[in-house]
Amino acid sequence: MGLADLTITDAAAGLRSGAHSSLDLTEAVLDRASMTEAEIHAYLTIDRDAALGAARAADAELAAGEDRGTLHGIPIALKDNMCQRGVETTAASQILAGYRPPYDATVVTSLRDAGAVLVGKANLDEFAMGSSTENSAYGPTRNPWDPGRVPGGSSGGSAAAVAAGSALGALGSDTGGSIRQPGSLCGVVGMKPTYGTVSRYGLIAFASSLDQIGPITRTVDDSVALLEGITGHDPRDATSWAGDYPDLRSEIDKGVAGKRIGVVTEFAGEGYEPAVTESLSRTLDQLSDAGAEIVEVSLPTVELALSAYYLIAPAECSANLARFDGMRYGLRVDGETTEEMMARTRAEGFGPEVIRRILLGTYALSAGYYDAFYGQAHKARTVLRNEFAAAYEKVDVLMSPTSPTVAFPFDAKSDPLAMYLSDVCTIPSNLAGDPAISVPVGLDPQGLPIGVQVMAPAMAEPMMFGVAKTIERLAGFDARPTMLEELA
Amino acid sequence: MPIDIDIAHVARLARLDLPADRLETLRSQLAAILEHAAAVQSLDTEGVEPSNHPLGFVNAFREDVVIGSLDRDEVLSMAPEARDGYFAAPPAMGQE
Repeated sequence: MGLADLTITDAAAGLRSGAHSSLDLTEAVLDRASMTEAEIHAYLTIDRDAALGAARAADAELAAGEDRGTLHGIPIALKDNMCQRGVETTAASQILAGYRPPYDATVVTSLRDAGAVLVGKANLDEFAMGSSTENSAYGPTRNPWDPGRVPGGSSGGSAAAVAAGSALGALGSDTGGSIRQPGSLCGVVGMKPTYGTVSRYGLIAFASSLDQIGPITRTVDDSVALLEGITGHDPRDATSWAGDYPDLRSEIDKGVAGKRIGVVTEFAGEGYEPAVTESLSRTLDQLSDAGAEIVEVSLPTVELALSAYYLIAPAECSANLARFDGMRYGLRVDGETTEEMMARTRAEGFGPEVIRRILLGTYALSAGYYDAFYGQAHKARTVLRNEFAAAYEKVDVLMSPTSPTVAFPFDAKSDPLAMYLSDVCTIPSNLAGDPAISVPVGLDPQGLPIGVQVMAPAMAEPMMFGVAKTIERLAGFDARPTMLEELA
Repeated sequence: MPIDIDIAHVARLARLDLPADRLETLRSQLAAILEHAAAVQSLDTEGVEPSNHPLGFVNAFREDVVIGSLDRDEVLSMAPEARDGYFAAPPAMGQE
C-alpha cells in the first residue's frame, strides 16, 4: 500500500496534516500508472506535466492557507468523453482522433475550481456505447483483478484507474449502467446521481435523456466528496436541476435501523451467477441484523426496461451523433459532394457498435415505425416510473445485484444482445432518472469482485449514501487486485 | 415477429456509406435486436403519456442576456477545411 492506494478522504487529511504533498500524491499515481498502464490501459491520454504543475499549484495554495476543500490537490481521472480545453478528447472514437476541445466541460471547470489535479483521460467504449470497454477504437482496458477479463463499461478506464491506483478517483458517465457496472466489475464504488444534478455541458452526448456524469471511487465517503465537487445547477445545461440540492452528508452516518429496503424480485434467476445472488443475500441479512426491514418488491415492467432502453438510447444516439459529419472538427474523408463526404467520413470514423446503434435508432425514429417503437418505449418509461414511484411509497430504497455476472473474459459476449443483458439491473434507474450506487461487497470463488446496487428516489442521495455506507461497513471489503500486491 | 428492415434506406438516412456485405450483417443483427425490443409493444399503454424527460421537466428558461462565445479562429482551426472565416465543404449538389 502506498500513497496511490489512499482514499480521497485520507489523502485530503494527509495534505492538511503535512503527511504528504499533492506533488507526492500525484507522483505516486503517475508512478503507479507507469507500472500498470502497459497491461491495464486505463488511460488514453496522461497529461503528466500539467498534472505535476497543478499539484505544485495546489501545494502552494494549501501552504498559503487557501484551502479549496476535500478535492484540493487530489489526482482525478476524467472519462475521455468529457471535454478538457486543449487536451485530446476522442470519446475513444477514430472520428474524433486529434480533437482538442476549445472549452472545458462544466465538470472540468468545477474540478479545477475545487483544486483537483487532472491526471488524464480514461478509456471507454466508443461514445460510451458498450459494457466492456472492448469497443474503444484505441484498444480495450484490462481489469486489474484479472487482465484476461474486461473491466466492464463503458467507464471501464475510469473504474480500472481507481482500482489500479493510477487515480484516487475518477469521473464516469452512466447512460444505462456505465458507471455502476464497471464499478462492480472492478471492486470500486460507482454512483449515478439523479438526472440533471450534474451538468452535461461538455459531456459528448450519447443519449441525452439518460446520460449522467458521476463519481467512481474506492469508498462511499469518497463518492460523496467527489460528487460534492461537481453537482449543482448549470445554466449551460437546459436539463440541469434548477431546484434545491440536498446536503449529501446529512444522512451518511444514520445507519439503516428502521429503514425499509425493497429487494427487486425480478433481478434474480436465470443468467445471475450464484456468487452474485449469494452476495446480495448476505448483504440483505447483514442489513436486517442492523435493524433494516427487508421486503420483496415486484416491478414487473423492469422486464421490459431493456427493450425500451434499446429503442430510446439508440434513437437519441442517432440524433446526437449526426453532428459528426466531417464539417467542423474531427475526421473528414473526401467525397464529390457534401453528402458523399459525410457518409464516407461517418462509415470510416465510427466503429461497429456505434454504427449498429445509429442504424437501430434511425430505424426506430423513421416514418412508419416511430409510434410502434420509439413512442411506445417512452410510454413504457412512464409505466416504469410510476411503478418505481409506487414502490417508494412502501420502501425507502430498492436493492439488486449491480451486474448479473462478475467480470467476463474478452470476446465472451460477441453477440450484441448478450452484451446488452449485462446492464439489465442498472438500466431501470436511468429510465426513471433516479440515483443509484454500486458498492463492492466481496469476491467470487475466482477472486473477482461483486457489487450490490442501491436505488433511491430522485434527489434522495443523502439517504442512499447512508445505506451504501452501512453496506460498506458491514461488508468490510478490503481486498486488492493481486497485481498490486505483486508490485509491492 | 420477424422484422422487415430496408437497411440500405436506413443507412442512407443515417449518412453511412457501407458496403453491401456489411449492410447485410447489420440487417440481421438489427432484426434480432428489434425482435427483442418489440417486447415493449406487449405493454398496455392505453391512456399513458410518454416520458420525454425522466423527471417530467418541460421548459428551462434563462435570462435573455448576451454571453461570451468561442473564439472563431480557434474553432475554425479545428475544421478539416476552412476558408475566409467559414467552414468549407464539397459542393452540396453533384455535377450531373
